[in-house]
Amino acid sequence: MSHLLTILTALPALGAAIALMTGNRARIVALLSGVASLVLAVWIWHGIGSDGAMHFVESSAWVPALRIEYHLGVDGLGALMLLLSSIVSLMAIAASKKTMAQPGLYFALVLLLESGLFGTFTALNFFHWFLFWELSLIPAFFLIKLWGGKGRGPAATQFFVYTMVGSVALLLAFVALFNATGSMDFEVLTRMAASGELATAIQLHLGPVALWMALGVLLGFAVKVPLMPFHTWLPATYSEAPTPVTMLLTGAMSKMGVYGLLRLALPIFGTQLARMRTELLVLAVLTVVAGAWAAAAQRDLKRIFAYSSINHLGYCLLAVFAVALPGSGSQLSQTAALDGAVLQMFNHGLTAAAIFWFLSLIEERSGGLLGIDDFGGLRKPAPVFCGLMGVALFSSLGLPGLNGFVSEFLIFRGVFPLSWLSATISVLGLLITAAVILTVIQRVFTGPLPARWVAFPDMTTNERLALAPALVLMLVLGLAPQLVAGTVNATVVHLLAGWRF
Amino acid sequence: MLAYTIYLSFAGALVLAVWPRAWNAAARVFALLVAIAGLAAALFGFVAASGQGTVAVADVAWIPAMGIHYTLAADGISRVLVLLTGLAAVAGILFSWNIGQKDGDRANEFFAFFLALIGGVYGVFLSVDLFLLFVFYEIAIVPKYFLIAIWGSTRREYGAMKLALYSFAGSAMVLIGLLAAYATAGSHTMNLYALAQYPFPVSFQMWAFPLVFTGFAILAGMWPFHTWAPTGHVAAPTAASMLLAGVVMKLGAYGCLRVAMTLFPHGLDPWRFSFLGIDSWRTVFALLAVIGIVYGAAVALVQNDFKFVIGYSSVSHMGFVLLGLLTLTQIGINGAVLQMFSHGIIAGLLFATVGRIVYERTHTRDLSALSKLQLGKAMPFAAWVFVIAGMASMGLPGFSGFIAEVQVIAGAWRAFPLFAVIAGLGIVVGVAYTWRAMQRAFFSDAPTLDANGAAVPIPQYEPITLAEKAAVLLLAGTSLLIGLYPKLLLDAIAPAVEALPHALLTGGRPW
Repeated sequence: MSHLLTILTALPALGAAIALMTGNRARIVALLSGVASLVLAVWIWHGIGSDGAMHFVESSAWVPALRIEYHLGVDGLGALMLLLSSIVSLMAIAASKKTMAQPGLYFALVLLLESGLFGTFTALNFFHWFLFWELSLIPAFFLIKLWGGKGRGPAATQFFVYTMVGSVALLLAFVALFNATGSMDFEVLTRMAASGELATAIQLHLGPVALWMALGVLLGFAVKVPLMPFHTWLPATYSEAPTPVTMLLTGAMSKMGVYGLLRLALPIFGTQLARMRTELLVLAVLTVVAGAWAAAAQRDLKRIFAYSSINHLGYCLLAVFAVALPGSGSQLSQTAALDGAVLQMFNHGLTAAAIFWFLSLIEERSGGLLGIDDFGGLRKPAPVFCGLMGVALFSSLGLPGLNGFVSEFLIFRGVFPLSWLSATISVLGLLITAAVILTVIQRVFTGPLPARWVAFPDMTTNERLALAPALVLMLVLGLAPQLVAGTVNATVVHLLAGWRF
Repeated sequence: MLAYTIYLSFAGALVLAVWPRAWNAAARVFALLVAIAGLAAALFGFVAASGQGTVAVADVAWIPAMGIHYTLAADGISRVLVLLTGLAAVAGILFSWNIGQKDGDRANEFFAFFLALIGGVYGVFLSVDLFLLFVFYEIAIVPKYFLIAIWGSTRREYGAMKLALYSFAGSAMVLIGLLAAYATAGSHTMNLYALAQYPFPVSFQMWAFPLVFTGFAILAGMWPFHTWAPTGHVAAPTAASMLLAGVVMKLGAYGCLRVAMTLFPHGLDPWRFSFLGIDSWRTVFALLAVIGIVYGAAVALVQNDFKFVIGYSSVSHMGFVLLGLLTLTQIGINGAVLQMFSHGIIAGLLFATVGRIVYERTHTRDLSALSKLQLGKAMPFAAWVFVIAGMASMGLPGFSGFIAEVQVIAGAWRAFPLFAVIAGLGIVVGVAYTWRAMQRAFFSDAPTLDANGAAVPIPQYEPITLAEKAAVLLLAGTSLLIGLYPKLLLDAIAPAVEALPHALLTGGRPW
């Protein structure tokens, strides 16, 4: 039995402690720690093979009185999220300015957040999982509150309160579940749900409340992802947070919600979700279409991409909810939809983090201006900048040949047979997103160049080198999705086999 | 061999994207070499496959769990269109030879987008896997956008955005149709030939067919979804308008035939009712095609911008392609495919004459302004080229357009006699607008004496370059060659049309 997952989770926390002490050199410490985590995450991804089962499992008693176990493990889903978290964290650290106020604290918080992410994506016991879920919230709150923009105070509070309400609902549901079943272990609960024992136990011990419990769990994740209409905290938070933190929020933390749906909600409350499927699909379609539409109405680049994130994660939600279909016979479509959703989590994380990084570079050059109408014609003074940012933008648009297309296509391919109406309406979201992104390109990159941006600096060599790996990864995953899709597919097949709706 | 057309173009685009700024002038040479290599591969593939049916080109598993394969194959129709793409690419680069003369005009970026577009177009014509086809179809949209938005002229941002949004809307419709087909057929394969074997329920085909057909026909410039075409053509730089009219509109028509009609032939069946004589989707679309033929020609007749004349003429000519496809007769579909090739060549030549040879020298496209310049004397070469291209475009015997349009009308005569007559009327209007434009631009009776009785000097323009001459020779020669000896292409097209699904060629019923 190896302790690789524990080491991975502890590593950034250790880095955080060192960063706190080193003060002004904290950025170097953070970078080193980030690289080390990435190497470990790649190692783990490599080590899980492609059988779709749990690997690197660690299990020992923790709080025996409550039958809480220290139970860790990753399959393709978890390992991919570890990979994403470490990539996005490293990008966020690299994107953070050297002249940050209180660098020690800042980087310590970022690393702590990374640790929280790792913990969430490896835990297989609710108690343990919830600890890290909450742990990641606290650094995020302080990062927004202390280093954010003008409206940071209210934004941080709103973010915290919303997520907290969701968390409490989650906690209540699982405590109830523990009372009914005596277990908090995901694997045990999933087995019980699949065999129907779970529903019986809930009925016996708690009465007819299974649906309410499912709603509580859903609320927790719906806020996090977010599912409209629980998204209202997001635009303010994303635009007020310092841009590197926004990268973490949208790139990695929003995936905690989708991950939770896949690891907790669907396996344990699949039957209940299947009963609410129509209503949930309506909300998912709303998220996709209204998210894109709202992005089209924004004038601030950060807000545009905040809403665009809602739209992109809406596709994941669409897939997750469409899959909750009782009966058999549609495994292939369910597999395609979930393959797409898992890949979309990774692809959106990578792309959104890269886009916000570019926005932070624009912000740096423009002295904080990020309005879509403040710019124009930047292609002339900064061709490389626009070319590279263009790659990230087109990945977000879903251009074939880049990563985003594959996952969105798989989602549509899977969802269409499961719910043709919601897939068809959601195509509107693709169209509006395309229009939004082309508008951004048109307003910012082409057109007349205002006099004050004539000397807009192009990308420096350092910046090019820093962003190159992310952009190359987008291209590689677009051309050879099989690199990741094989393992993901095996995991999805394995997961679906153990679920019941 | 044919697959190299795709790889060469994309590799060339990649190299040009990172081309050193200092070698600005060499970018066009490199692009030309890549395009010629692509044309050579297309030509070689065309000759090597002559007399054969569908030839497999490549087949590699891509996302095997989802039944997605990188499958390329080419039947006669694909081979003809690949050849057209190769010709249009070489001619387009030759006509863009003035890009790269100035320092800092970013010739490398221009040609990178150009080659990426070409690569996408080759890909669509060769794809058998529908996922792959869709990928290439989408890839082709973006370079188009940039070619217009960055290097375009009149209202370029508007034109570029309109074009991109129309294209995306069309491909969204196509996507829905493809997913529906895939799901209905049991979600095993995206292979076109395999899916075409599946007996889709007629009620399903009845809605999937119009959806997918319309999605593709938007790009083919079908009335009333044609409005992107004239604005896009006019805004685009010359080489891009050549590609837009020459090959991109063909993508749409190709998709109509290869995807919509092949997968859902029973979508063309008669409905159970008839409304004002319209009794099937086939009649609906044929009607739209005929309206496009006449409307495009009529609007071209009253344009004052020389490029708008050609832009609307493309709408009219593409109407013939769609009408030919919908005749569901061998002769009509033969004609439609030949018309795709022929119009690709001729439209390229016309746009090059107007946008490059004339406009780059006179800096106006206004027909009344041009009529005062005595262009017939000042630029006899341009006048000759336009006369040749105009004759080809009118459908004069001896040029490729004639063989194509005659076959279309012959097919239409069997299927829709009334429409055949109206389409014939469209040809007459076509003669009129070509004649009018030719007359006003080159042979107007501009006063040769001014008010004082002194001779008005004939304006001097820079001489016609070698690149322009070479490109004109390539395009005009091809049109003439095919006009005189259409067997060269028809030998490839006819067997491929014969091999189309039986249900399609009989319109779902015996005739």
